Order: sequence, then C-alpha cells, then structure tokens
Amino acid sequence: MKSFGATMMRAARRFASSLPALFGVLVFTFLLMRVLPGDPAVFFASGPNAGKEEIEVIRKQMGLDKPIPEQLVHYLYDVGRGNLGKSLMTGQSVTTDLRERLPASLELTLTALLIALVSAVPLGVIAALRPGSIIDHGVRLFCALGVCVPTFVSGLLLIYVFYYLLGLAPDPTGRIDVFTSVPPSRTGFLTIDFLLAGDLDGWWVAFRQLILPAVTMALFVIAPLARITRASMLVSLGSDFVRTARSVGLSWWRIVVTYALRNAILPVITIAGIVFSTMLGANVLVEKVYSWPGVASYALDALLSSDYAPVQGFVLLMASIFVVVNLLVDVLYGIADPRVSI
Amino acid sequence: MASATLRHTVWILRGNPLTAVAASGVLMLVLVAIFGPSIVPYDPIASKVSEALLPPSAAHLAGTDQLGRDTFSRLLVATRLDLVIAVAAVGISFVLGAIIGAFCGYAGGRLDRSVGRFVDVMMAFPLFVLAMAMVAALGNRVENIVIATAIINLPFYIRFARAEVNVRRNVGWVEAARASGESHTSVVLRFLLPNVLPAMAVQMSLNLGWAILNAAGLSFIGLGVRPPTPEWGIMVAEGARFISTGKWWLVAFPGLALMLAVLCFNLLGDGLRDILDPRMRT
Amino acid sequence: MTEPLLRIEDLHVTFSTRQGLVEAVRGITVSLEPGEMLGLVGESGSGKSVTGFATTRLLDPAGRVTRGRVLYRGQDITRIPDSDFRALHGAAMSMIFQNPRAALNPIRSVGLQIVDAILSHKRMSKQAAADEALKLLRAVQIRDPEKRMSAYPHELSGGMCQRVMIAIAISCNPMLLIADEPTTGLDVTTQKVVMDLLAKIAAERGMATILITHDLGLAAQYCARVVVMEKGRLVEEAPPETLFHRPQHDYTKRLVAASPTASSRIEDLVTEEERGQYLAALAASRPRPEPPPGTPPLLDVRNLAKRYDQGPPAVANFSMTMKAGESVGLVGESGSGKTTTSRMICRLIDASEGEILFDGESIGQVPAREFHRSPHRKDIQIVFQDPNESLNPRFTAFDCVAHPLSRLSGMRPGDALRQRVEECAMRVGLPVELLSRFPHQLSGGQKARVGIARAIACRPRLLVLDEPTAALDVSVQAVVLQLLDRLRREDHLALLFVSHDLNVVRMMCDRTIVLRNGGIVEAGESRALFDHPESEYTRALVDAVPHIRSAGTPRLIEGQLT
Repeated sequence: MKSFGATMMRAARRFASSLPALFGVLVFTFLLMRVLPGDPAVFFASGPNAGKEEIEVIRKQMGLDKPIPEQLVHYLYDVGRGNLGKSLMTGQSVTTDLRERLPASLELTLTALLIALVSAVPLGVIAALRPGSIIDHGVRLFCALGVCVPTFVSGLLLIYVFYYLLGLAPDPTGRIDVFTSVPPSRTGFLTIDFLLAGDLDGWWVAFRQLILPAVTMALFVIAPLARITRASMLVSLGSDFVRTARSVGLSWWRIVVTYALRNAILPVITIAGIVFSTMLGANVLVEKVYSWPGVASYALDALLSSDYAPVQGFVLLMASIFVVVNLLVDVLYGIADPRVSI
Repeated sequence: MASATLRHTVWILRGNPLTAVAASGVLMLVLVAIFGPSIVPYDPIASKVSEALLPPSAAHLAGTDQLGRDTFSRLLVATRLDLVIAVAAVGISFVLGAIIGAFCGYAGGRLDRSVGRFVDVMMAFPLFVLAMAMVAALGNRVENIVIATAIINLPFYIRFARAEVNVRRNVGWVEAARASGESHTSVVLRFLLPNVLPAMAVQMSLNLGWAILNAAGLSFIGLGVRPPTPEWGIMVAEGARFISTGKWWLVAFPGLALMLAVLCFNLLGDGLRDILDPRMRT
Repeated sequence: MTEPLLRIEDLHVTFSTRQGLVEAVRGITVSLEPGEMLGLVGESGSGKSVTGFATTRLLDPAGRVTRGRVLYRGQDITRIPDSDFRALHGAAMSMIFQNPRAALNPIRSVGLQIVDAILSHKRMSKQAAADEALKLLRAVQIRDPEKRMSAYPHELSGGMCQRVMIAIAISCNPMLLIADEPTTGLDVTTQKVVMDLLAKIAAERGMATILITHDLGLAAQYCARVVVMEKGRLVEEAPPETLFHRPQHDYTKRLVAASPTASSRIEDLVTEEERGQYLAALAASRPRPEPPPGTPPLLDVRNLAKRYDQGPPAVANFSMTMKAGESVGLVGESGSGKTTTSRMICRLIDASEGEILFDGESIGQVPAREFHRSPHRKDIQIVFQDPNESLNPRFTAFDCVAHPLSRLSGMRPGDALRQRVEECAMRVGLPVELLSRFPHQLSGGQKARVGIARAIACRPRLLVLDEPTAALDVSVQAVVLQLLDRLRREDHLALLFVSHDLNVVRMMCDRTIVLRNGGIVEAGESRALFDHPESEYTRALVDAVPHIRSAGTPRLIEGQLT
C-alpha cells in the first residue's frame, strides 16, 4: 500500500491531466450554443415573450456582439460563477434546477451501482471457482442474455410484472407517493433523510419507490460486471503465481482470496468506473420510464421543448461527474496496484 | 480457392453449433431488413382504430397498437431502419478508428501516448448525453444520431487498433518487411492492418449489438427517429403508456425483437472470437 | 538399503486438447536418492516439465495421470486427495519455476509472500515469521534484505526474483525440490549465481533436487546423474561423464553432438553419419578472393551511439570494421546494447551519433525511414530471433521469400521469380513442397529456414543474425548453424552474429566483440578472446558458461587436488 502523500500526488497529477478534457467539454458546449437554431440571448432572457429591449440588454450582457474568443472567455467566467442561464420551463436558473434534482439522480444511480456490485462480483467469483458447473453455465447464460435486453424494455416489463400483475410495487411515478411528505432535506437522498429524521414509514415509502428503478438500472450492468469478474478471476486462478502458491501449500482461503481475488479485482475496478459512466447515460432512460424527477429527465424535457439552457447545463454537469469518477477510479486503482507508477 | 474457404467455413460452423445458429440469425435479420416491406401481412402505417389494442392472435401475431396497426408488420419493417443506423455508425467508426489507431500505435512516442490518454477519457463518455447535445445543436434527425453514435464508438476502435499494432510493431516479420524494402506507411496499411482486421471484425459484431440497443434507446426518448416511422425503440415508447393497464404485447414484442437481434450479433462475435483465438475463450 | 526418496514408476500423463487426447509422458521410471541432484534433460515436447508437474500435482487441469504411480518415501501419493497432498506441498516437496517474476504475486510484497509460505506449515507469530523470512533472504544472498522485504516483484531483477522463489520454496525445509528450467531467460552470469546458490543450499540441507532443463551442459555441470527424455520416454540414464563421452542411445548421441561446448567445431555439431554433406561443401568452396589493396572495408562503423530520451546512452562509442566474407560475433548480456547496435547497422533505426560506411559509401546519413529506397537495402539483410514471430502469418513460405525479390530486385511474378525462390529454398534445405504452406503449418526449424531463405534471396553481402537459433531446440540449432556457415563459404557472405551464447559465437565467428552497458569491453580473434580473455568481465562471462567437467579438470576430493 502506498503512502498517503504519494497517493495525493497521484490524484493531483491525474486531476491536472483531466483538466484538458473538462476544458474540451466546456468549449464544446460553448460551440453548441453558437450553433443552436435561434438566438442564444433569448434562452437567457426571462421568457420567449421578453421584450426586444430586454433581449438587447441581455445580448450586450452576454457579449454576443463581441468577437468569438472574447465570448468564450465571458462564457467561461459565467460558468465559473455558476451562471448557466435560465430555464424557460421552470423559470428558475438552471443551476438551481440542477441542484434540486441532482440528489434524485445520484440516489438512483448509486443504489443501482451498489445492487449491481453486490450481486455481480460474488456471482462472477463463484462461477470462476466452479467452471463447468450449473452455476457457471447459469451465470454465463445470464450474462449473455443480460447484455441483450434494453434497459427501457426491462424496466417496463418489471412494471408490468410487479405492479400490474403482482401488485407488489407501488405506482411507478416519482420518488414518493402523494400522501407522504418530504422530510427535511439534509443530503437530498430521500432514503437517508427519512432515516435521519427517524421517519420509518416515510423511509419505507421512499424505499419501495426506489427499488424498481434501481433494480432496472442495476440489471443493465450486472451482466458486464459479472462477466468481467468471472473472466478476471479465471485468469487469476490460472496464473503462474497462483500455481506457486499451491506449490507451497497455502490454504484454500489464502490462495483464492489473498492471491487470486485481489489480483482479479483490479480490472473490475476499471470496469466499474466505465460502468458508472454508462449508467449516467442510462439515467435518461430509467428516469423517463419511471418519471423519476432527476437531472436527466429535466434535461430531456427541456430538449424536447426547445429549451436549451438546461441541456447545456446538463451536459456540463454530466461531463464533470464523468471526469471526477474517472479520477476516483484512477486513484483507487493506483492504491490497489503497486505496479502503477505515480 | 473460394470453394476451399467455403469448405473451411462449413467445417468451423459444424464444430461450433452455437455460432452457426447465431450466424443464421444474423443472416435472417439481414434478409428481413432487405425484404421486410415486401413480405409484411399488413401495411405498417395504415391505422384502423376499430382494431386498436388487440392482444396477439392468429390474425395479428403480435397484436395491434393504439392506432390499430399490426405490430408484427411494424416489427418486420423496423428491422431495416435499426440495422441501417447501427451498421452506418459502426462502419464509420470502424474505418476511421482502425486507420487512426493503427498509425498512432505504429508511431509510438508522445503522439501515441497523448492520443491514448485522450481516447481513454473519451471512451466511456455517456453516449446519451452526447447525443442529446448533438441533437440540441444540429437538430432532431437520424443522421445526427448516427454521427453521435459513431463519435462515441470511435475511441473503442482507435484503442483496439492501437493496442494490436503496438504489440506487433517490433515483431520479426514487420522488421523483415522493412528490410525487404517497404516504407512505414505501406507496412501499416498493407501488412499490419490486414493482420489486425480479423480481431477487429469480431469486435464489430459485438459492437453492432451495442449500436442497435443504443439506436433503440435514443428513439425511445424521442431523439432521431420519429413516429409514424416504425422503429423498435419508438414502438416501445408508444407502448409504454399502456403497460400499466396490462397491454404487455406492445412492449414485449419489440423488446423481444431487440433482444434477439442483439443476442445473435453478440453470440456471433463471441463465436468468431473463439474461433480466431481459443486462448481468449471465457 | 535405504529406499529412494522419490520413485516414479511407469508414469503416463495424458492431456485432452482440441485435437483430442495427447500423451505427453509415456511410461517413465526414475528414482531419486535423498540429497541427490538429478538432471532431467530433453528438448521441447520431451515431457520433462510435465513429469515434474505431475509429481507435484500441479498439472494443468487438462492433464491427468493415466497410468503408473509416484512414490514418496515409499508411500504412493499419486491418487491421494488434494487436501492430504497440501501437507506435502512446501513441507515435503517444493517447486521453482521458469519465469520467476510471473511466478510471484505482483501486488504483494516479497516479504509477505515468504511469510505466507512459512505460516502455511508452521505455527508462529507474525513477527517470528517475518524474522524467519529475513533469515531466508539472507540465505539466498539477497543484499539489503531488510529493504527488500517490502519490495514488490516488479522492482526486482530476474535473478533476484528467482532467488526469492528459492527462499519461498525452501522456507518449510522440504526434502525434495523440483526446479523447472529455473535459469532460462536469465543472463549467463546470473544463471551461474542462481545455480551455484541452488547447489549450495541443496548440499547444506541435504535436499534432493531434480533439475529440469534443455541445457545439457547445465545438467552436466551440476548434477550427479542425468536422465535424457525424448517424446515422453526415458531414453538414457547415466552420470554426466558417461553421457558425454560414451553415449549409448542414438538420440543421446545426437543431443550431445549438437550441444556446443567450449571446444566444439561446426562439423562436430552433427553425428559422424550426417557430417558428409557439410564436409563436402567445405571441400568444394573456394577460398575468399582477396580484394585489391586500398579497397574500403565492406562495413566500417565509426563512433556509433544511440541515445534515448533520458538516462544513459543505449550504445556509446561503438566502432568496428568487417571484410567481405568475414564473420564477426557481437556478444553481451541483456542491456548490453547488442540488439540496438545490430538494428542501427542494418538501418532499421537511426543512430544518434556516428558514421556507418558500406563499401566506402555513407549509409548512416540516410534516415531509417527512407532507407528502404536506397540501393544498399538489399545488400544488408537480417535474420531474426524467434521464427514464430519472424514470418508474416498471412504469407505462405513462398510469399515470404518472394517478397524482398519483388520489392528490392524488382522481379515480377513469373517463372524467373519462382525459379529464384525455389533455388533459395533448396539451398537452405527446405523441401520445395513446403513453399505453399503457411507459417503455422511449419515446424520451428522449417520456419527458421524460411527466414534464412528470405534473407539471402536478394544476394546480400552482409547478413545480420539476431540470435537466430536462441529459440530453437539444440538439435535444430546444430543444423541451422551448419547451414549458415555453408552459405557463408559459398557466397562469401559477411555475417554479423549477435548472440548471448558464447559457445556458438566462438564456433561460428572469426572475430568477437564483447559489449557491456552499451560500450565495447574487448574485441579480438574469437579463439584467443575466449581462451585467454584480457578483461575481467569477459573472464566472468566465459567462466559462467556451464560445461561438463572433463576428465582433465582437477577435482577437489577431501581437500586434496587429484
């Protein structure tokens, strides 16, 4: 295990090298606004019926009459200050909207990731330990089928089975039903907030609403995670150093866990990072199916009603999360694998 | 020469029945895509409200939708659109990615390393987010969906080609080709790429499955293809409204079609990979 | 009559592969006394490693013992359950493997791995185990053992990794150690250090050892008894003296002949019966015509240097000359710069400094990426190390040989081209029918011949050979070396022979240059250089080469020289 200082150095280095990517996204969205059909000033104004003078004022404010590079600087300054424009739909600033809705998306995605990891990794490991067995064939079959089913289809079918046929799941719209009141917001994660407020009934309602969408999203990634865990574990178990461990008479537990599994986990860390980024995209689908009030459905609704400022804000937000997640995975991997240089 | 290749292919398929099944599945998909519109029992766009929302029966194998259109016919016709989008996107990224990746991997050094880092960052960027951005900027058209998918897919092939060429760069026969009078460019294009292509073709098959899923997903949320064009994703979107009232066939059959198509491409890709390199078998 | 420590009786091992069942070991019977070092020698496919793995129950899952048994101290251990065998692993018998760095856990410190081994059979506190581990590191002569305890395998050299492996293997005092090609891939000086250490430890602890190797000389130097295997069967068993000087079996005779020693000549490499063709060619070749005075040497290299981004130069101040038809050897260990130098001379990479003159013309000025257009491209050709990698897998053998002809000699496909390709194939002893085959359908020796045929196709004047026989079995190597020498005499071809194998270089080359860390250490006429090396490094290299102690070598018996 590396020293804390070395890890911090590594994190700083990786962050520095991901800044160009972030900058690239900023420039990209900037160009996006310039290419958009219509007048950017209108998006930042108070509404489509804003008066001509107001639009002119905004245009001067945004510096749309200035040369492009100067506009870029202006734009970067705005973004740095947190000014992402105003949404025509909600009438609020985009930053506020995003801040309100981000916890919902994060709660969904993180819960899904947790469910996926807790199911996929043990499945993959067991399948690798018993190659050719029923479990192994079952896992492989599941993986082969799992990557083929689109998320939105599995979500809708889950609703059909658990809500319509079995009546176990609640009405698949939103995070809580109309009867329960929202707890005081501490983290924005309803499940946690309810627990913190000691409201167990509320927690149960929130949990029931969360389960189906989280499982839908998790299903989407269990298959690739299990598959990579199984493959990685197989490679690890067949490697030279495991053979050495056997030749010296190490116990089964030590061979499988300390030698094989710890090595096998490394590629899984990398894949988990990629999977999380994919889930950021799948968010759009799941939030649509379950009418989950997250940032993705917000941006989608905005896009389809030609309200472009939220879309820009959403892209920026997703890109930033993406970069941060990559960074975290990188640092985590650097801690786990001593071969990786700082 | 051609008959020898054919015999060899048949021999391989006989030893790998699953791959043979997948291959025939893909073949069937292609045939339906080409001939679909000519063999449908009903007109996919004609609406007949009196026959709306009927469950599957002998007359309508997959039931009817809210406008009375036969779901089965729409499924068949949709095959062409989904396949075309997927093939176009994958094809573009494959060609561009292979060339860029091969040259970078061969050149090595700082250019290769920076391209590598850029590609690694871009590789997992959520397609849907990018697609939304592109649709916002350029308009809600199918071409933009294809371009967005191709862009997100590009790093995948760049990285693959780069890695494969890197491994082979200093191998004996590459240096021998240089000693026999080949320039660097011709070594990459005429020697390295053809050696790398079979492995990449395997990835293409797996990639096509991914591209189909994404095309359907994008049209599900309303980007790209729009009604009344029959497309698997749109059909699910239209059927989603009725799932809570138990009209399952509107979602299940397009979903099944998607699943079978992707499954065939995936199995074919896996099978090809096992044939080409048994060591990679998992 | 003490019973043998280990007795393998009529062992048969079968593997299930895609092509069906393959029998790798077909009935081998061998015994091992306590404290004895036994050599198990064979070429690829002989089944020697499989025998070792079968004994220690570490076979690949596709392999099974189908017949016979293994007795350890009289007890049949062939079919006892795995859980019972675990008690034997490490405590009774241990194994060390071929690629030491890969055989260690890459993400666990070396010290912890030794501690794991200790604690698997002995009960003690973690601290006591750590102290034991430290003692073991000292026993295997690792410098700064305290620091190395927390090192990871990728931070250690190959030789150090192998010594750590030895420490792990002996940690629980086994009575039997099986060493599977423990020094393959290590530099020859490192090999000597590791083998001497192994012999010392085995002697100190009374540990019996089985040394599995393809190097007959290595087995002969360290083992009291040598067993030769061919195609899964035991062919001959004798003390090294007898094996070398009075081999009985045909295969042993061929193997002994083909293993180059310090004094062998090229014609000695094959047995009496097969020497005919080679000697006839020797007789038929005309001596090299002396070039008129004042002609520039064929190859003139002056102050060649190669620098990469950071760190010390890979090659510095390298100078040499070569005459037409001369053969010069370039020897060195890993990191010596011999491969880099050879690549610069045949213009595949650019030098950072220095001049290369061919026939008096400067070829060093032409950048490597343009050299394919130079008329001198066909004068300098190269034969590569690994025949498995040196042929384009998508070309038939015919295509491989024809390729330089079409690119460099401008020959169009047709009769003339076909004739020339077949001519080259015949000269290298490749049957013409094999020309239509792909590389994966050819054997190692056949691929090596194709590589040579390709190299001589355009009638080059200088042939650079980069370890051309390192990846070949010793019997195939013998034939290829004879072929190369014959070609040299017939065509007055200059050979630049890059190798780490000193015996081969001494045999093949008129002159030798010794490289170390990018610089020339010593250069001169081969026989003189090896028999009376001037520099200490060359002396160390020569001493490190394993050889059988000949009848004339004095042996130390009870403190007295006999």
